[in-house]
Amino acid sequence: MRPSIINEVDTTFWIITGISIVLLLIITVAMLYFVFKYNKKRNPVPENIEGNTTLEVIWTIIPIILVLYMFFVSWSGFRNMRDFPKDAMVVKVTGQMWKWTFEYDTKKKSDTLMLPHNKDIKFDITSIDVLHSFYMPHFRTKEDAVPGRINHYWIRTADLGTYYVACAEYCGLNHSYMYAPVKVIPEEEFEIWKNTLPADTTKKDTSAVKKDSLSSSGSVTDSTKMNKDTLKTGIKTDSIKKSPASDMKKPDTLKK
Amino acid sequence: MANGTIAVEGKTAEVDFYHVKGKYKGILSWLLTTDHKRIGLMYLSSMTVFFLSAMTLGVLMRLEMLTPGETIMSAQTYNSFFTLHGVIMIFLFIIPGVPAVFGNFILPIQLGAKDVQFPRLNLLSWYLYMIGGGLAIFSLFVGSGIADTGWTFYVPFSIRTTTNVSLTVFAAFVLGFSSILTGLNFLTTIHRLRCPGMTWFRMPLFVWAIYATSWIQVLATPVIGITLLLVILERAFGIGVFDPTLGGDPLLYQHLFWIYSHPAVYIMVLPAMGVVSEIIPTFAKKPIFGYVPIAISSLGIALVGYLVWGHHMFSSGISDTSRVIFSLLTFIVALPSGIKVFNWVATLYKGSIDVTAPMLFTLLFIFIFSIGGLTGLVLGALNTDIFLTDTYFVVGHFHYVMFGGMGLIFFASLHYWFPKMYGKMYNEKVAKVAAYWIGIGFNVLYFPMFIMGYLGMPRRYYDYLPEFQTYHIISTVGSWILVSGILVMVFNLINGIRNGKKTTDNPWGGTTLEWTVPSPPPLENFEEIPTVTTGPYDHTHIHKQEVKN
Repeated sequence: MRPSIINEVDTTFWIITGISIVLLLIITVAMLYFVFKYNKKRNPVPENIEGNTTLEVIWTIIPIILVLYMFFVSWSGFRNMRDFPKDAMVVKVTGQMWKWTFEYDTKKKSDTLMLPHNKDIKFDITSIDVLHSFYMPHFRTKEDAVPGRINHYWIRTADLGTYYVACAEYCGLNHSYMYAPVKVIPEEEFEIWKNTLPADTTKKDTSAVKKDSLSSSGSVTDSTKMNKDTLKTGIKTDSIKKSPASDMKKPDTLKK
Repeated sequence: MANGTIAVEGKTAEVDFYHVKGKYKGILSWLLTTDHKRIGLMYLSSMTVFFLSAMTLGVLMRLEMLTPGETIMSAQTYNSFFTLHGVIMIFLFIIPGVPAVFGNFILPIQLGAKDVQFPRLNLLSWYLYMIGGGLAIFSLFVGSGIADTGWTFYVPFSIRTTTNVSLTVFAAFVLGFSSILTGLNFLTTIHRLRCPGMTWFRMPLFVWAIYATSWIQVLATPVIGITLLLVILERAFGIGVFDPTLGGDPLLYQHLFWIYSHPAVYIMVLPAMGVVSEIIPTFAKKPIFGYVPIAISSLGIALVGYLVWGHHMFSSGISDTSRVIFSLLTFIVALPSGIKVFNWVATLYKGSIDVTAPMLFTLLFIFIFSIGGLTGLVLGALNTDIFLTDTYFVVGHFHYVMFGGMGLIFFASLHYWFPKMYGKMYNEKVAKVAAYWIGIGFNVLYFPMFIMGYLGMPRRYYDYLPEFQTYHIISTVGSWILVSGILVMVFNLINGIRNGKKTTDNPWGGTTLEWTVPSPPPLENFEEIPTVTTGPYDHTHIHKQEVKN
């Protein structure tokens, strides 16, 4: 069983943050203590110290060791992120202004990301107009959707539930509305869904998120999981006013 | 604080540079001047206007973020606001800030020179700066809408949007020339105009920092110039360098942009580090701890800073190998900055510390800049960067480093060299209150951004999920505290210029050469070019002098 990307990212984050907090405390406490202890009232005559080679060596070597340690921790997590499982299910992700489309091996297209529970999923990510970034906060990972190329990442759907995709690379007027719901459902349900017609369930308008597509059975405990009410109030589909074409030069279709 | 002066007494007969009679009178005596001090002050006044307008945009953006959905402006307006806020702050304040104002005013005096090497070129730089700034403002009112790309002008969006990107980009292009020429001027000045006895390792650390910065300005800025020109050509003629529909590569743009813009981060922060190395010895009354390591680390930062641009692109699809290499180099570039912080704190040890307003800003800087630097480690690490990049975590980190680094030290420099520039003193108590005020506002404004970023709030979002609202409210309240603090500081300084008490030539007991000339200095700074016999922070010398007096 491979380590979970979510855990690895969180562990790396807290290791680095922990070391950082200690360093910050050392710096701040030393600074305040010196300012207090060697105040000109308490210490009118300064001492003429120009430096100390031993100290310079110490506070060069220790940080080198610390940052190399941080580098290796994050590198090993990164290797896991980039080592795609061979038997992973592939989902094609296409970003456009301003919605996501997900395509499955059955040619089924959807604007809700349906995923089977307890599976490794690999995403092939691209865009048909400008840069977007396929970001799933819950799964601690993102990768840009770049027109003309395909980027990848993989996740493991360890828990049932409803999460969300957000766009993390600025892409114009409705950038902040470019969400898509993610539903991790039991595998049997998923297989039925994947093979059911109509094959293309994407909405033909620009609003990425539909309230009715978010009814979820998953428990909502993680703040990065999508909350039903949150979405209802948070993303007002009616506030998306302009259609992409009205504001932009028409993006030509990509030459493959 | 020593109120004795080390200046040569009784030489006040010489007219200061404000009152000296030249070829031109009134406003022309400024607009046609070649005096480095006047040019520095011209930068200061224009920069103040730019800073305050970009700050206003920032406050309005924070107000918009107070509630989800529309609060005071539309999405299109918000997008233009963060573009403008970024462009003005980066290209008109943070990049030129310390070198253009204090580099110009102070650096020649610190070297014992009468002016910079090329005074006319120096004036040209100011005009290019004003033309660039003017074009940026002009671009707001012409064409079809204010640029809405963000200050990074990422393609293909910047090619596709119908807003007035070309002119805004051209403004940044012109500003680049101002930056290159200023860098060139300082490089030659430092090489050619050091006074007798001013060896390289007797130069003040501010000069070292400007020296390292100038090399980056001269070598890196042309890259962004060409890149921005290519964006304009791509928009006008569709030349197909960046546009994927024409066979171009959007990632090529990102590489070229960051090859300049990452070293530019050090253009922004190195001069500020130089100022810190001036202020701390002055108010601790002892030499800087580890002069050589600090000087060398400036050059180290400038050098390694060239090799880490890829860490802005960890999630853009560059190869895994290059991500690993860039991550390792990023961790290495963190080291010289850390060494500087340790040396500054060690300088305080066994000093005789006077916490004046400039010193207070500097201590605040050490705390805030350390947070900025340390949160940078999380972003330099590969797997956590992929999680946190393009979220509010980056916005928080960036403001802690840039505003906390360069901005706070710009304020510190203003308070430190104010008596030298104007011959008067501001109200010290009000200045200190403003410093605490700014410190509190700063952290209330920017710290919640780290939490929001960790919870998944992407940046450049006009609207957001309600679960983030608490943090947005705190942050917005912080912006009000911060801005009121800045306004108190600005009014206190303006009041100091108008009604401040006359001050002495060396009110702080500084040891570098600018404190040996009258406040304000005469036209060519020195009646007689000085000869230097000691290092820059020799306080034993001062003590002997004071005893003699």
